[in-house]
Amino acid sequence: MKTLEEIKRIREEKRQELDLRVNRGATGIEKHILVCHGSGCTSSKSPKIFEEFKRIIEEENIPNVRVVMTGCFGLCSKGPIVVIRPEDTFYSGVKVDDCREIIEKDIVNHQIVERLLCKDIDNTLVEKLDDFSFYKKQKRVALKNCGIINPEEIDEYIAFDGYKALEKCLFEMTPDSVIEEISKSGLRGRGGAGFPTGKKWSFCKEAEGSEKYVVCNADEGDPGAFMDRSIIEGDPHSVLESMIIAGYAIGASKGYIYIRAEYPIAAKRFQEAIDDAKDYGILGNNIWGTNFSFDCEVRFGAGAFVCGEETALLESIEGRRGQPRQKPPFPANAGLFQKPTLINNVETYANVTRIILNGADWYSSIGTETSKGTKVFALGGNVNNIGLVEVPMGTTLREIIYDIGGGIPNKREFKAAQTGGPSGGCIPKEHLDTPIDYESLKEIGSMMGSGGLIVMDDSKCMVNLAKFYLGFTVDESCGKCTPCRVGTKRLLELLTNITDGKGEDGDIEKLVELSESIEKASVCGLGQTAPNPVLSTIKYFRDEYEAHIKDKHCPCGECKKLMDVHIVAELCKGCDLCRKNCPAGAISGEPGKVHVVDPSKCIKCGTCIAKCPFHAIKG
Amino acid sequence: MVKLTINGKTVEVEEGTTILEAARKVNIDIPTLCFLKDINEAGDCRMCVVEVEGMRGLVPSCIQKVSEGMVVNTATDEVIEARKTVLDLILSNHERECLTCVRNGNCELQNLAQEFCLDDIRYKGERISGPIDDKSPSIVRNPNKCILCRRCVSTCKKLQGICAIDVMERGFASKIGTYKDLSLNDVNCTFCGQCIESCPVGALTEKDSVTEVWKALRNPDKYVIVQTAPAVRAGLGEEFGMPIGTNSCGKMVTALRDLGFDKVFDTNTGADFTIMEEGTEFLHRLQNNETLPMITSCCPAWIRYIELNYPDLIPHVSTCKSPHQMYGALLKSYYAEKEGIDPSKIYVVSVMPCIAKKFERTRDDQNGAGYEDVDAVITTRELARMIKQAHINFVNLEDSLFDDPMGEATGAAAIFGVTGGVMEAALRTVQEKVTGNAFEKLEYESVRGEKGIKRATLQMGEKEVKVVVASGLKNAQTIMEEIASGQADYDFVEIMACPGGCVMGGGQPIRSSKDRATIDIRAKRSEVLYNIDEKSVIRKSHENPVLKKVYEEYLGEPGGEKAHHLLHTSYVRREKYNLNDN
Repeated sequence: MKTLEEIKRIREEKRQELDLRVNRGATGIEKHILVCHGSGCTSSKSPKIFEEFKRIIEEENIPNVRVVMTGCFGLCSKGPIVVIRPEDTFYSGVKVDDCREIIEKDIVNHQIVERLLCKDIDNTLVEKLDDFSFYKKQKRVALKNCGIINPEEIDEYIAFDGYKALEKCLFEMTPDSVIEEISKSGLRGRGGAGFPTGKKWSFCKEAEGSEKYVVCNADEGDPGAFMDRSIIEGDPHSVLESMIIAGYAIGASKGYIYIRAEYPIAAKRFQEAIDDAKDYGILGNNIWGTNFSFDCEVRFGAGAFVCGEETALLESIEGRRGQPRQKPPFPANAGLFQKPTLINNVETYANVTRIILNGADWYSSIGTETSKGTKVFALGGNVNNIGLVEVPMGTTLREIIYDIGGGIPNKREFKAAQTGGPSGGCIPKEHLDTPIDYESLKEIGSMMGSGGLIVMDDSKCMVNLAKFYLGFTVDESCGKCTPCRVGTKRLLELLTNITDGKGEDGDIEKLVELSESIEKASVCGLGQTAPNPVLSTIKYFRDEYEAHIKDKHCPCGECKKLMDVHIVAELCKGCDLCRKNCPAGAISGEPGKVHVVDPSKCIKCGTCIAKCPFHAIKG
Repeated sequence: MVKLTINGKTVEVEEGTTILEAARKVNIDIPTLCFLKDINEAGDCRMCVVEVEGMRGLVPSCIQKVSEGMVVNTATDEVIEARKTVLDLILSNHERECLTCVRNGNCELQNLAQEFCLDDIRYKGERISGPIDDKSPSIVRNPNKCILCRRCVSTCKKLQGICAIDVMERGFASKIGTYKDLSLNDVNCTFCGQCIESCPVGALTEKDSVTEVWKALRNPDKYVIVQTAPAVRAGLGEEFGMPIGTNSCGKMVTALRDLGFDKVFDTNTGADFTIMEEGTEFLHRLQNNETLPMITSCCPAWIRYIELNYPDLIPHVSTCKSPHQMYGALLKSYYAEKEGIDPSKIYVVSVMPCIAKKFERTRDDQNGAGYEDVDAVITTRELARMIKQAHINFVNLEDSLFDDPMGEATGAAAIFGVTGGVMEAALRTVQEKVTGNAFEKLEYESVRGEKGIKRATLQMGEKEVKVVVASGLKNAQTIMEEIASGQADYDFVEIMACPGGCVMGGGQPIRSSKDRATIDIRAKRSEVLYNIDEKSVIRKSHENPVLKKVYEEYLGEPGGEKAHHLLHTSYVRREKYNLNDN
């Protein structure tokens, strides 16, 4: 147990000690080697790099250097990432074997290991993390501590204003003024729907009942999304602290965080955060001598996408089959165990402590008129810089994809971006300058969603894209209501027919009408938004659908069953690469002469198309 | 009270009313499918969606409660289109073999298709399919017809507290399943048949025995005797469009004769024997301080329930066979002997409001006379089917009486078909035996009525007798827990598996969800049996002249050796899940 005074002392001492992590001008002799321990870097063996650094330092007895595990830096595609502070030297793609060189050259001799530096989009070598164009337009609020602190050390969290917001709430603010501050900040739910957070808190506070719950939705399930995962992995205490604040604000003394079991690192770190907070007396009875008590528990999700839907999540916590409840009643009135329950997403909570400490005015100065603050996106797909980005609301899609993401690789063209995962819609080129905010995205047929942002180049077939997302929805539908259970399956079947060349006249209309009924009649958000990928691709790429249906042709050559692989004689140089690589022996031709594909042997695998350096082979 | 507008009509209803109920009050019909009042109120199928001003999307009217000033539209283009799509989707995933379906003509899905005048299934595609489970003697489950409304699941779970079935898998692959996909025969299903009553389509049905009965009727070597349970006469008419609560006993007997049965007897006579035997057993236990409370044994689903769930309490159960089994045993012994018929040629058909009776017939120790007591059990519904197959104009039939000499029965036996009836019938006899006096008032009001559990204390001479009546297996569980934990001080317990007793049995005519929500079917059917009792000349089992004669001429004393041999049975411990045969 630590008294408030002791915690304040830790904050002061530790902050000084860790100043070099954030102060680029720090002049001390100490150096910190930060090794990313986010999921991406962990899977490319960053823990081994961490161990290797420690081993060498110990072995060689190198003074004044500390190896630190941190959360995600964001540039996941360049991992494993190692950053040396205070210099901010940014090494990417580091391997275990590189550790010695980094120590000897950089740490001991103050020389940069150039071969481990990363190239920016304009091909220049980037020395310091801050100089990377990827970070230029970003603003880290929710991810503030990610990549700075060791998420497994409560003292490091405390050092960077950790649990200061809670202190402020408990000693300087009433529950009402906390809610007032959140409301004023303009924060809206980051789970996707964008409900005003302050309003939600206030409903829960006003709801009748002495027993209330705070729940954190960490069941991030969109394909390609890892925002919440990264926040918990990199800064678990900020979420926990916000949950405690929420408990104080609405009058709850128990919290649950529902983490999918596929996020073992996040779950482990959050559990440790709970344990450490308990040890410090930040969780438990009569926190810091006040009459406010709060406890928190981790609950695992088994990986059902629908459990990200708040009522299905509550059912699952209660130990039942994860399927949604009809709303109303809303969780604020009858939630967990039928008690008033506040349920927010990880990223929403991650903003709360910042708002309390920096003030609602500061927060609402970021963003647009209706969407305040920042939004974290998991940027993926056909884009150069794949990773985690946090931008102020109102940033355009173009800025994210080109300025931050570094544009489209392989000299391809941008075709569309999908926000909101399977619940969102695709956004075509003409809307690249749409500012990212709740309303604007909705207007163009997509949605904010939780923050998945998949970029697609011009080789991607939009019918196939819709089919992919519907396949996901069909797999993940809980099966409770008819429109979602059978309707999405029928949508998928129609799309499959179209991509198989069996589409018929009227199929597009069928897709639209069925989609509209599914949207209106489904029980929960999963069904209500499931047709978005279909409707948005029809809206913006109807000609592609028509080409599949009428001409039995996939303009992108992605739909194998519609492929007619042939070599354009005028373009073929007879390099023979296609023949050599064809796994079916379907291509014939002599070097230097035009080659030919035998359609009876061709298995439409597309290898030849990819291999042809002259783009002479068409699908 | 809450005031709202539905389709422009102002409606005032009590707080807590659903939009569906409010609409029905002003004669606005909203189609439903998964809705089953008090049992399955989930809003899952989305058939009943309506538009509510200010609410996002379409709202399921079966569960959405009204609120002051609410403006509801039940028939906008959007609503109709959504419902049509939902219906289309359900039909697209349903084995649409209506003409050969047992529910043809009494199917909620078929009715909806008719109401919506669908001219095509627009969204055709893959259909879920699975093997038909017909392993048990009582129940058949056809997943190909299942529309996943989950009414059966809620019935099994919420109404009966059994949970033999639940939803498995998810999304389009969702199916109703059992533990490890075992047959219902091999899990904790009690064969109460309430799921069949709840099923809007033909996914759950009784195991058909009509074919074998026709075969017996056409076999000149067989002497085919039919007996009918009390509740059958209170329900059969409904199958022919007669109002709920019609006593069709006379027409039923005529129809059975027309079908070609050699003799038409009344199971009520068997029920009188049950009272004699059970009453005697109870008195014996009471006077000799043997295992009490004694629990009735005429409900085979209940017997299966206790064997599966509380095998340690089996000694509490009366060893009496159920009425139709007793009766079958007597027909193949006493009656055969008296009439000079070779008992091996006698074929006894029981018409029952119950599907568990089909299972009961196949149990061990149900062959007192050396032959199976009963050869076939058909439900009320199956009897109706036979009458329809024979093209008998049931509604216009003349009434006729059961055959003598085994047809005489008392009012006490008639009320066996209602929850509390067995208790009441037994009390009439027991009380008289204990006190030696005949009672003026025979109605034991304390064990009548709709409550699932009815407790009463009765003065019998110097002794206070505590009784409890429970119907519905969830209520049975409450009583069993009381007994198992030693909290109960009951002397006599009556349990019926079906809520309301046999009139609401799993073999009775299936009523739509709307009927169940708007008509008190239980009360109406029960009334038939209470009326029969009230109008009966003889209302106490021990005064039935047939009984007197059979005991004098053949059985000896009630509870005596011969009676025991013929009319009593034994029970077994059952594993909830039988993995061995699979």
